[in-house]
Amino acid sequence: MKFDADGAYRLHPKVAIRPEPFGALAYHYDNRRLNFLRAPELVALIESLSDHDSVRQAFRAAGIESHRWPAFETALASLAESEVLVPS
Amino acid sequence: MKSGLDAPICLTWELTYACNLQCVHCLSSSGQRDPRELSTVEAEAVIDEMARMQVFYVNIGGGEPTIRPDFWHLVDYAVDRGVGVKFSTNGSRIDAEVARRLSESDYVDVQISIDGADAETNDSIRGEGSFETATTAMGNLREAGFGDFKISVVMTRHNIAQLDEFAALAERYGAQLRLTRFRPAGRGAETWHELHPSNDQQVELYHWLLDRPEVLTGDSFFHLSALGEPLPGLNLCGAGRVVCLVDPIGDVYACPFVLHPDFRAGNVRDSGGFASIWRQSDLFTEMRQPQSAGACATCGQFDACQGGCMAAKFFTGIALDGPDPECVNGFGEDLVVVNSAGPAGGPDHSRPTPVRLGGRR
Repeated sequence: MKFDADGAYRLHPKVAIRPEPFGALAYHYDNRRLNFLRAPELVALIESLSDHDSVRQAFRAAGIESHRWPAFETALASLAESEVLVPS
Repeated sequence: MKSGLDAPICLTWELTYACNLQCVHCLSSSGQRDPRELSTVEAEAVIDEMARMQVFYVNIGGGEPTIRPDFWHLVDYAVDRGVGVKFSTNGSRIDAEVARRLSESDYVDVQISIDGADAETNDSIRGEGSFETATTAMGNLREAGFGDFKISVVMTRHNIAQLDEFAALAERYGAQLRLTRFRPAGRGAETWHELHPSNDQQVELYHWLLDRPEVLTGDSFFHLSALGEPLPGLNLCGAGRVVCLVDPIGDVYACPFVLHPDFRAGNVRDSGGFASIWRQSDLFTEMRQPQSAGACATCGQFDACQGGCMAAKFFTGIALDGPDPECVNGFGEDLVVVNSAGPAGGPDHSRPTPVRLGGRR
């Protein structure tokens, strides 16, 4: 399914996230894949996703400047692709 | 990544040196139990610490880990605390009932080791009857509906020709294939010259892997990335940075392939435990400093292969900043000065029976 920044997403229940100096690591216990989150803000953002009706709303609430949205959307799309994020 | 992580990504824990097999390439020279093995309570404390460090999963091996009477208890203990378990086994304890129980957990993964796609090739490395044992276990996992367990193969001169057969075998059992590099560690130091792949075989393996990104390698073959397009993965030596090993008596080593005093960072029984070894030990701190390209600095491929595997160099007597003994450009082979056991002093738990390569030469 194509990633939709106007849709609502949440963290997959079988994914664990651990902060690291470069950002965070996300491990998926279903497909056993490790994902690198290479921006420290990404962790808080991902954790806040379930509180919002859309990804863009979460960007706004997190105070992420609009010129950075495309980069964050790309990152989140790839996380949705590997099922770290799922539509809610 | 090169400066280290708060917790290891790939943490191997060899629970016991006891093993019912005596494979000729065993990295840890396993066979007999070490009487100083961690007790159940001590092992639980190690798991508690992993849970606090948010270690995602631990790779349990040995020896044959299922020989420990508290093995299943420790697996449950880890999973209950959010630490996933992948364990490597020769399959001897994976009967139908165990397979059924394993298939009920989403947080336990099983890796069955074989080293040949047929009994003859496999048993010459792992011992008489071991192929039968492993395939019986695989059948039990398939029947139990376990899903994609792993079939793990160490690549040698005798099995690289069987790559397609391994893939077919994995498919037949609904398993995922995992190929790893043979290293001259433990008893592997004694059999290195007879078993390590030729350069032509390395090239064959490289192209086979490039065509099959779904085959797991544990980043084992990054030295082959010097042949062209990089293989999938981090393509670096993770020793002490993203990888480490805890041995049965609690000694912590930089990676699973360097069970040698020079690469021992501490013991989990020391005050501060595993976390302080991982985060602060002198050895790991040093390993996280930028490393010199040494003799490889002038080679155009250094960025691709990073000089190869530290353990492979160490146990073949090559300087750590020298080329890998299996450098695809051939810069390493003439430097291999040790033809059997490498630097002496690694622990040996072999049973007092001679280890011989059977059948195939």
